[in-house]
Amino acid sequence: MNPPELRYSKEHEWLRVESDGTAVLGITDFAAESLGDVVFVELPDVGSELGQSEKMGEIESVKAVSDLYSPVAGRVIERNERLIDNPELVNSGPFDSGWMLKVELSDASQLDQLMSAEEYESFLESQE
Amino acid sequence: MTVSDELRRTPLFETHVSLGGRMVPFAGWEMPIQYSSILEEARAVRSKAGLFDVSHMGRVDFRGADAASVLDRSLSVSVPGLRIGRARYNIICDEAGGIIDDCIVYRRDEQRFLLIPNSANTGAVLEWVSRWVSSADDVQIDEVTTDLAMIAHQGPEAASMLSDLTPADIASMRPFAAVETEVGGVPTLLARTGYTGEDGFELILPSDAAPDIWRALMDRGAVPCGLGARDVLRLEAGLLLHGNDMDRSTNPYEAGLERFVNPDREGYTAGEALRRARDDGVSRRMVGFNMVGRGIARHGYAITHGSEQIGEVTSGSHSPTLDRSIGLGYVPTGFSAEGSRVQIDVRGRSVEAEVTALPFYSRKRSA
Repeated sequence: MNPPELRYSKEHEWLRVESDGTAVLGITDFAAESLGDVVFVELPDVGSELGQSEKMGEIESVKAVSDLYSPVAGRVIERNERLIDNPELVNSGPFDSGWMLKVELSDASQLDQLMSAEEYESFLESQE
Repeated sequence: MTVSDELRRTPLFETHVSLGGRMVPFAGWEMPIQYSSILEEARAVRSKAGLFDVSHMGRVDFRGADAASVLDRSLSVSVPGLRIGRARYNIICDEAGGIIDDCIVYRRDEQRFLLIPNSANTGAVLEWVSRWVSSADDVQIDEVTTDLAMIAHQGPEAASMLSDLTPADIASMRPFAAVETEVGGVPTLLARTGYTGEDGFELILPSDAAPDIWRALMDRGAVPCGLGARDVLRLEAGLLLHGNDMDRSTNPYEAGLERFVNPDREGYTAGEALRRARDDGVSRRMVGFNMVGRGIARHGYAITHGSEQIGEVTSGSHSPTLDRSIGLGYVPTGFSAEGSRVQIDVRGRSVEAEVTALPFYSRKRSA
């Protein structure tokens, strides 16, 4: 269920490197499922600088509020504006229509610190 | 100490697990918070019907010639005046007028009553009511929580789903009617009551029969719902939750529950304090508010006016039925009028909110 072409963080974010070297990121199906129905997503403005593992926004479900952390350092070049009015996209398509940000990476070597799909699945099992 | 060892399970526990319910600790019980999605479950209750396991709530049986007068000492509305076959919403206050719990009382017979306190408060309610019983009273008080299960079947289609399962004349049952009947061949106290703001029923029945009746109602199209949907639905309906929206530090006049209080009865233990609250007025009031800005108010967030904190949010959620963010909280009476503007401190962000009339949602009534 976790697409093999993505990279994963321990905070349950995913990241996809595009052909132009930018990265798209969102939260995993596991994270969306744990949160339950997402009703509010707050994302940083385009142009913001994100630090690795720093808080970059908030996601709120019917039940609870969670912080979003950036798995890499970079500058926001695009955000998924559809999530403002349709936060449920995070539940219905966490790996595609529920994407959150597109960033320009500050340091591509940080990608090596992320997990493969297989490693992420082992990580999830170890958390149970 | 491991908490999980002490969690109690209702007779429907296995049913919840087999249906994929996500089980969480709640007031000492292991209960389903949701099955599929809180929003989908809430919508099912508003559009057709949902099922809730409310077996964790307390059930206390009162019998005897003095049962009515014993209850009348502690409950906020006259108990002797309650007719057989009727249920009534009541508040239980301490001598200072603080709210120990809210509950439903059913009159099953001239000398027999059933009281349904909240699960977390069952012990406190029993202790409080028993305090005012003397040796001269003819009353037998028994907690029967585990002998009986309780299922809430709520939604516009609940009545039609139930009709072929029971000989009771469903159509003639008005809200808060309670009849001794059978459902699916099982002896049941069937009441037209609930906590969702929707038409519906609550079934009190022997524990061992609960899973079969639950399945029978599911077969007729009722959707299993968890505590998450229940909390959203009761908030939309403007129904308070004890422990969140009221407790012993609040009285019924502050909580906006004065229509459920008659403090002028002889022998009512909270009468004096509540008469004072009524006659002197209160300085703060429970209000409902709509968020004007983006954000969701949560229990414990500050309500502010300018830079000053004036109150606190007691409940808040996104409302799936109304598609907006709603909440409850206490504010000084000067801010309690409809249309008053206040702000909610949403994790450091000041978000505009407007006081509105309760309930947020009321169902369309046919006829």
